[in-house]
Amino acid sequence: MDLQFTSEEEAFRLKVRGWFAENMPTSGLSADSEGRDDKTWLARAKVWQRRLYDAGYVALAWPKEYGGQALDPVRQSIVNDEMVRAKAPYLVGGLGLMMLGPTLISWGSEEQKQRYLPKILTAEEIWCQGYSEPGAGSDLASLKTRAEIVGDEFVVNGQKVWTSGAQYADMMFCLVRTDPEAPKHRGISYMLIDMHAPGITVRPLVQMTGDRGFNEVFFDNVHVPRKNLVAKLNEGWIVANATLFHERNMLGSASGSEQRFNRLLALAKSIKRGGRPLTEDPVFRQRLVELEIRVEAMRYHAIRQLTDQIRGKNPGVEAMINKLVGTELNHDLASAAMEAMGDYSMLSRDDEAVLDHGYWPYEWMFSLGLVIGGGTSHIQKNIIAERGLKMPKSR
Amino acid sequence: MDFGLSEEQQQLKESARAFLSGECPTTFVRKIMATDDGYPRELYAQIAKLGWSGLVVPEKFGGAGLGMLDMAMILEEGGYAAMPGPFLFSSVLAASVLKLGGSEQLNSKWLTALAEGKAIGTVAVVERAGSIDPVDIAAVATKDGAGWRLNGTKMFVPYANVADFIVVAAKSDAGEIFLFVVDAKAPGVTIRLLKNLDLTRRVSSVELKGAPAERLGGGTDLFAKLIDVAAVAVAADSLGGTERALEMAVEYSKVREQFGKPIGSFQALKHAAAEIVADLEPARAMLWYAAYAQDTGAADASRTAAMAKARLCDIYSRGTDRAVLMHGGIGFTWEHDMHLWFKRARFNESCFGSPAYHRERVAILGAY
Ligand SMILES: Cc1cc2nc3c(=O)[nH]c(=O)nc-3n(C[C@H](O)[C@H](O)[C@H](O)COP(=O)(O)OP(=O)(O)OC[C@H]3O[C@@H](n4cnc5c(N)ncnc54)[C@H](O)[C@@H]3O)c2cc1C
Ligand SMILES: Cc1cc2nc3c(=O)[nH]c(=O)nc-3n(C[C@H](O)[C@H](O)[C@H](O)COP(=O)(O)OP(=O)(O)OC[C@H]3O[C@@H](n4cnc5c(N)ncnc54)[C@H](O)[C@@H]3O)c2cc1C
Repeated sequence: MDLQFTSEEEAFRLKVRGWFAENMPTSGLSADSEGRDDKTWLARAKVWQRRLYDAGYVALAWPKEYGGQALDPVRQSIVNDEMVRAKAPYLVGGLGLMMLGPTLISWGSEEQKQRYLPKILTAEEIWCQGYSEPGAGSDLASLKTRAEIVGDEFVVNGQKVWTSGAQYADMMFCLVRTDPEAPKHRGISYMLIDMHAPGITVRPLVQMTGDRGFNEVFFDNVHVPRKNLVAKLNEGWIVANATLFHERNMLGSASGSEQRFNRLLALAKSIKRGGRPLTEDPVFRQRLVELEIRVEAMRYHAIRQLTDQIRGKNPGVEAMINKLVGTELNHDLASAAMEAMGDYSMLSRDDEAVLDHGYWPYEWMFSLGLVIGGGTSHIQKNIIAERGLKMPKSR
Repeated sequence: MDFGLSEEQQQLKESARAFLSGECPTTFVRKIMATDDGYPRELYAQIAKLGWSGLVVPEKFGGAGLGMLDMAMILEEGGYAAMPGPFLFSSVLAASVLKLGGSEQLNSKWLTALAEGKAIGTVAVVERAGSIDPVDIAAVATKDGAGWRLNGTKMFVPYANVADFIVVAAKSDAGEIFLFVVDAKAPGVTIRLLKNLDLTRRVSSVELKGAPAERLGGGTDLFAKLIDVAAVAVAADSLGGTERALEMAVEYSKVREQFGKPIGSFQALKHAAAEIVADLEPARAMLWYAAYAQDTGAADASRTAAMAKARLCDIYSRGTDRAVLMHGGIGFTWEHDMHLWFKRARFNESCFGSPAYHRERVAILGAY
């Protein structure tokens, strides 16, 4: 065991830190998805990702031939830490970078990798995820959006829902039914769909936060070239799961939790109840420590998995818990902050009297969305029990 | 950057698992539970031969000179097996404080014997107040020529009934806390075995009436170090115990059928099991760090030890509780082994500071 970074890694960290100190955008972009409604937001967000890419701080571990630097995962984790530390803005191409990219690297054809990966890095093409449907949420494999082969094209009809970022995405990685006769997991294909194609209608949905975050997407005879199929026909389920694995690790990432905890602690210190700071209230104090311990445990858990990755060990049950634990923890942190604020938690982030720059009301709601999205906590527990512990399936 | 067990540590853990599953199955544990002193002498003779007794004892005193992270491998497996006897208190706690605070002469006597498996040591901190907080320690040490004399009553002293020497926390006239080594057979030492709930362990009261003692160096710092090492050691035992309880509940859920199917197919049981795993895995990584921090003397060593103790003892108590429930009526019997871990969890939780006590330490050390 050795928790030291090499001197090269330390030097790299300082360089990254310095870069963020000089290059952080001063206004209009923030670390959460706040402000996505703003018309000029998209352009500015793309410029920000491009700047980050040009500096060499995006997808460092990707192969060189597709625009990456083939660096080890430690460098990527240093950049991730520093981004959080600098409160760097949300990356508009995040779904492409963290979900589709790694999936294509494993499953895509050479042509697909060359065509799509570089533009994911530069934010020239923004991706969205077309998985959920009105009748297929937790039971994703029951999806009905149909793709029929006509000549050398697919013709797609159906509907997706809760599609985050579809309102500005250029492309969608999408699950479609290509064999309605086969058992439900065996008739699904994974394809890449141009969001600007005729026959696609995007209808925004307003989230409980008041923001436009996700959408309904309708397909009416949308033509998709056959070469946009990833892996083989009717073998999309396994590819879908590869993407879900990356998604769940992204959602459960520990890197933001530490910052949130520090922010919560500072908030609790600043609030006086009965003449003393909330941190001196014995009950709230215990609660804070419990949260900090969970945050710390997740931090070590993440470093352990980073080591496993470097050692080439296949992820096991310890990776299956990331999404459940990480998202529940972030929501608990935000809920504790809301409780700490007392009556001030009644205020929306737009009121001038709101505490801590209005960070928590939004975070409290948004973090619950992530407990649901990407497979709810219930579904995560089913997966841990059935795949991790090999407990018998219910069905 | 390499945050994982070394090849040697993994081997140590695997060999400990293999050894204990052969030599210390629950049939054996139950045999020892039924004895008066709770001390499996033959097993401990084998353990000494394997080098476990002296694992953290320096080589010059006949030990292996390894650290807490190595020791954590054995402690975890000891917890998994519900291994009875004084190992944790003798070979980890007494050994660690002697190593740091014992004179050359004292160590060549006790540490050497301890490493060879010829002596058992233990530590006595808590008194009637039932607390490890220095404020609650009233035992007094008075200077007597070159040595010291101790007066006071220690409670819940693990395996004092079979110990050859006892490390006692007591205060000087000035109210400063020190650790002292007392020969368990010395005049002025009266040991009374208490009736324990967790029969994989034994605790005693130790009455000290002018008992002759030798002072260890290090004072308050050594006392703090003892609490840290104890926190990490008990946390490691708890990690292994939780693993075992979970494994038993999951295996049982695959074979027991109700409503025409294995009970493991009911979501209530799946979610209960998944919640234990979700708590346990991050805590495992935290325990590794806490043990490693003891070895490297990291600035946050005390704070992480307290975190690991609080977290793993909470998880152990809750996990064994749910594991009993997952067994239904059979889990409530004396005959079924589940209650061994259920009770051991409660022992661990209270022993060397409750989770709430350690959380308060985390708050203080973190300048909340
Ligand atoms: C903020 C946000 C962003 C999202 N972004 C996207 C996106 O970009 N692309 C996309 O495709 N989808 C997206 N989703 C959709 C998300 O994946 C689904 O909401 C989620 O998988 C749950 O499906 P559902 O909403 O249909 O709920 P349902 O599946 O109807 O679930 C309702 C309730 O029943 C429970 N439940 C269902 N089945 C079981 C079971 N077998 N065992 C136990 N409990 C069960 C669930 O846990 C939940 O509590 C997003 C969702 C949110 C909240
Ligand atoms: C102290 C004590 C006293 C008792 N006294 C009596 C008595 O006087 N007379 C008498 O007749 N009985 C008595 N019982 C038996 C008691 O009623 C049963 O133990 C209890 O109903 C559970 O049945 P079981 O032990 O067969 O467990 P099981 O039914 O095998 O259950 C094992 C586990 O599976 C879970 N489980 C089972 N089915 C489901 C499901 N469909 N959904 C979710 N979870 C499920 C259970 O909750 C449990 O966690 C007593 C039990 C105890 C502990």
